[in-house]
Amino acid sequence: MKVDKKLVEYLANLSRLEFDDTKLDEITDQLKGIIKYVEKLDTLDTKDVEPTAHILPLKNVFREDKITPSIDRDKIFKSSPDSDDGYFIVPKVIEE
Amino acid sequence: MEICDKTIHEIKGMLAKKEILPSEIMKSTLSRMEKTVKFASFIKTFPEEALKYAEEQDSAPLKGALSGIPVAIKDNMCIEGKETTCASHILRGFVAPYTATVVQRLLNEGAIVIGKTNMDEFAMGSSTETSFFGNTLNPWNKDMVPGGSSGGSATSVSLGEAIGSLGSDTGGSIRQPASLCGLVGLKPTYGRVSRYGLVAFASSLDQIGPFAKDVEDAAILLKAISGYDPKDSTSVNTGVPDYTGEMKKEIKGLKIGVPKEYFLKGIDKEVEACVKKAIKELESCGAEIKDISLPHTEYAVATYYIVATAEASSNLARYDGVHYGLREKAGNIIDLYKKTRSAGFGDEVKRRIILGTYVLSSGYYDAYYLKAQKARTLIKEDFSKAFEKVDVILTPTSPTTAWKIGEKTDDPLKMYLSDIYTISANLAGIPAVSVNCGFSGGLPVGLQLQAAHFNEAVLLRSAYAFEQMNDYHKKRAFSGK
Amino acid sequence: MEYEIVIGLEVHVQLNTLSKMFCGCSTKFGAEPNTQTCPVCLGLPGVLPVMNEEAIRLTVKTGLAFGCQVSNFCKFDRKNYYYPDLPKNYQISQYDKPLNAGGSVPIRIKGEKKVIKLTRIHLEEDAGKLVHNVCGGSGVDLNRTGLPLMEIVSEPDIQSPDEAYAYLTSLKQGLKYLGVSDCNMEEGSLRCDANISIRPKGVLQLGTKTEIKNLNSFANVKKSLEYEARRQEKALGDGGRIVQETRLWDAVNDKTVSMRSKEEAHDYRYFPEPDLVPVVLDDEYFRKVAGEIPEMPDVRYERFIAEYKLSEYDAGVMTSDRDLADFFEETSKQGVDPKKVANWIMGDFLKEINTAKVGICDVKVKSSDLASLIKLIDKGTISGKIAKDVFAEMFISGKQPEAVIREKGLIQISDEKAIEGVIEGVLKSNSKVVDDYRSGKKSAAGFIVGLVMKASKGKANPKLVNELLKKKLDEL
Repeated sequence: MKVDKKLVEYLANLSRLEFDDTKLDEITDQLKGIIKYVEKLDTLDTKDVEPTAHILPLKNVFREDKITPSIDRDKIFKSSPDSDDGYFIVPKVIEE
Repeated sequence: MEICDKTIHEIKGMLAKKEILPSEIMKSTLSRMEKTVKFASFIKTFPEEALKYAEEQDSAPLKGALSGIPVAIKDNMCIEGKETTCASHILRGFVAPYTATVVQRLLNEGAIVIGKTNMDEFAMGSSTETSFFGNTLNPWNKDMVPGGSSGGSATSVSLGEAIGSLGSDTGGSIRQPASLCGLVGLKPTYGRVSRYGLVAFASSLDQIGPFAKDVEDAAILLKAISGYDPKDSTSVNTGVPDYTGEMKKEIKGLKIGVPKEYFLKGIDKEVEACVKKAIKELESCGAEIKDISLPHTEYAVATYYIVATAEASSNLARYDGVHYGLREKAGNIIDLYKKTRSAGFGDEVKRRIILGTYVLSSGYYDAYYLKAQKARTLIKEDFSKAFEKVDVILTPTSPTTAWKIGEKTDDPLKMYLSDIYTISANLAGIPAVSVNCGFSGGLPVGLQLQAAHFNEAVLLRSAYAFEQMNDYHKKRAFSGK
Repeated sequence: MEYEIVIGLEVHVQLNTLSKMFCGCSTKFGAEPNTQTCPVCLGLPGVLPVMNEEAIRLTVKTGLAFGCQVSNFCKFDRKNYYYPDLPKNYQISQYDKPLNAGGSVPIRIKGEKKVIKLTRIHLEEDAGKLVHNVCGGSGVDLNRTGLPLMEIVSEPDIQSPDEAYAYLTSLKQGLKYLGVSDCNMEEGSLRCDANISIRPKGVLQLGTKTEIKNLNSFANVKKSLEYEARRQEKALGDGGRIVQETRLWDAVNDKTVSMRSKEEAHDYRYFPEPDLVPVVLDDEYFRKVAGEIPEMPDVRYERFIAEYKLSEYDAGVMTSDRDLADFFEETSKQGVDPKKVANWIMGDFLKEINTAKVGICDVKVKSSDLASLIKLIDKGTISGKIAKDVFAEMFISGKQPEAVIREKGLIQISDEKAIEGVIEGVLKSNSKVVDDYRSGKKSAAGFIVGLVMKASKGKANPKLVNELLKKKLDEL
């Protein structure tokens, strides 16, 4: 799989990051190296092997449908970069 | 020996006999902290608050198993009313409005939190050099790294700034700094300790565990933090044994496996010699040593860096400048995200987000993420098969002792490979402990013991037996100079 | 060229739980912004989700009721995308192992029965709400974040806007019968996105589809689909092509408009949610939940026609709501003509309900009271007209009909002497009309009946009035 600047730019946009050109080159190179290393997994025969998502065989962990107290919103707004009138404020979102 | 250089069990004995007061313990650690500032164990300390609380305990009956014990907490665990930074600029100003389950458990046992410790940013690193607040120094040699990512939690105990501490271990982040700082560091079974309140790096691998000066202290701390938590769906509802009791049982007849794959290229000769010597010592205690094989070991690092970064890329998406933490000015929401995240995260975190995004992205998922999940199955099965034959698996913790600050920062892959011995336990979810097994060039060497799921007791038992054979654990890094 | 329309609908339904999907915050509608939030639904660093058992049960119940294959094993996945109403920037949803796969929704369209096939019904958490123009920007309210949602995805099986309307109506009816959701579009507990494409008749390959959002009523779904089908037809007719895009329904100008945003290709990077463990359900669980499923509206509809001899229309109205159908059945079982019950329900009963804006459950009139009222008319104790007044009073006070009649003195006069007396009085003071009658204008008789009824304050037995008046007039 080809790792190049274009791919890194695509990934950066997907993960909402941006890099200047020098950094982009650097990251592309590093990513190439790491990908080359992890591709050693290609040599592994995983036919008929089930993937592991959870290491323990846990299932059906539920909570009862009960209301517990919510948090005082002012406590949250204390750590918020911009809030007013009971809302978190962000620059105008046009869509929707 | 100053109080702060003593162990939890020694101090508990003194408290019980009323030979010391909680405030004296606290004053001892606080005064040590003043002398060791340059090591930069902490991101934030709470000396006044901690002393006040200790003084209140002076006249009160002992509250629990950790009454009056000053503890340090890695700064990726939430404490209500305190900043939680994960050593990242992006969480600037974030004050946690709730307390992590582990911290609450320590508080319930009477422990006193004296500070939040330095770490690699979002626990991504093996040397505590990626912290936004600067790096932490190795207590045995300040030109060296303390290991990571829980470097500050390790150094705080090693230096006597705290009597015990908590770290988190996603790929070795407790065991490796414990090894590099000459401590006992234990990563419990995945699900043994609640992750509620631990800021997630890689959710399927993260686990909280203790740093301690010796095995008994580790057993006391582990007992305090273990157990089911209804707030964590992946914590397991199973009994927590009396670890200090279990620990003291003899190891005669215990089968210890030594996997050949851990002694191949890349291991430092002196490290190997220390570990081999430890094997002999355990054998002399009556343990039966067996050669075993964990054939998929060489795939562990690759598997780990796919699984961990994939989960991290999603876990770290929430740091976007909208609801809390840093926000960079921007005219629209997309720019706000990009500017905030670009300014707020350091290089290593960004690198891993990019890698994690790649392995999950459309068209690459099967080749990387799914493949890694399958490799994980094979690695897990290696261990299951091994534990049919042996009780404990013995390996080095780290291929080398502590390295020079800056030595590996330019080569991410080299840094990743320093976790080669510790990563498998996280992938397999098994418990593992690192104990000091000697010194090389004045730097500690760590021995790693791994056991089957929920069998921390046998780890502690073998580690304790080993500890009785030597006095490495009695050496203190702080010399007063 | 003649085109045919292909429609698929995605319906999001908020489940009737007390607390959110993964935390204990209340789901109550209408609270002050951000007051029904906690560290978990705010996605603060370090929090973990824990599944609400009731949400699972309600989704299984829905799946069983609509004939889905309910999964023995399901899991949750993360859907990754950035939006300010999504505090974790991923949504916990289900990707490759949804709770329910397949199934169908029965519809009736122009008297014909048809089923619309379902692709899947999965469970996920809701996002928050953006409020525009707050302090110069957009305001984020996270009360809705984490509410349990079922996403019901239909196959592209719907062939007209009318069918889409019928599908939504039937689906909503079914969900309300099951009690799994309020399905209140105004409060957002039912939301719908529509996918539509057209293709030349006879062609198998699907055309390029557009997705319509911002649909706030079933009527608007229908209207928007009609508009969009016309728009696509015109575009193709003019030699153009359809762009795959999302379009918003502009309900003011009755048209769809392109979102025009530089929509990037979505790459949601789904992967299994590591913080939640799988849900594994067994047949016993399914049996238990299946036992809680009521008779569904389509089955009940057929039965009402067969058992109560209702017309299709009446059966449709009677089964439109589960409580209404229950009320109808209970009343009908008390020895009164079901057709009369249906007429009462469709008439005064629903009229009063609509005026008073109350739910059927809150109505004070008991089924036994309506049955009594009908029997009183049958027996001739009161007239049908008086009965309407009696019912109105019953609706307000909840009193039994006998009590209302007694208190207001509304018993029908069936005493022939008394009625004759009233008739004589009326004839005397209206001699002109009597003359008309006698000169052959037979319709005058009806007018006189009206006068007699009025003079008796409506209480005279109309049948007797007719008989006696005829006799009287003939005698004259």
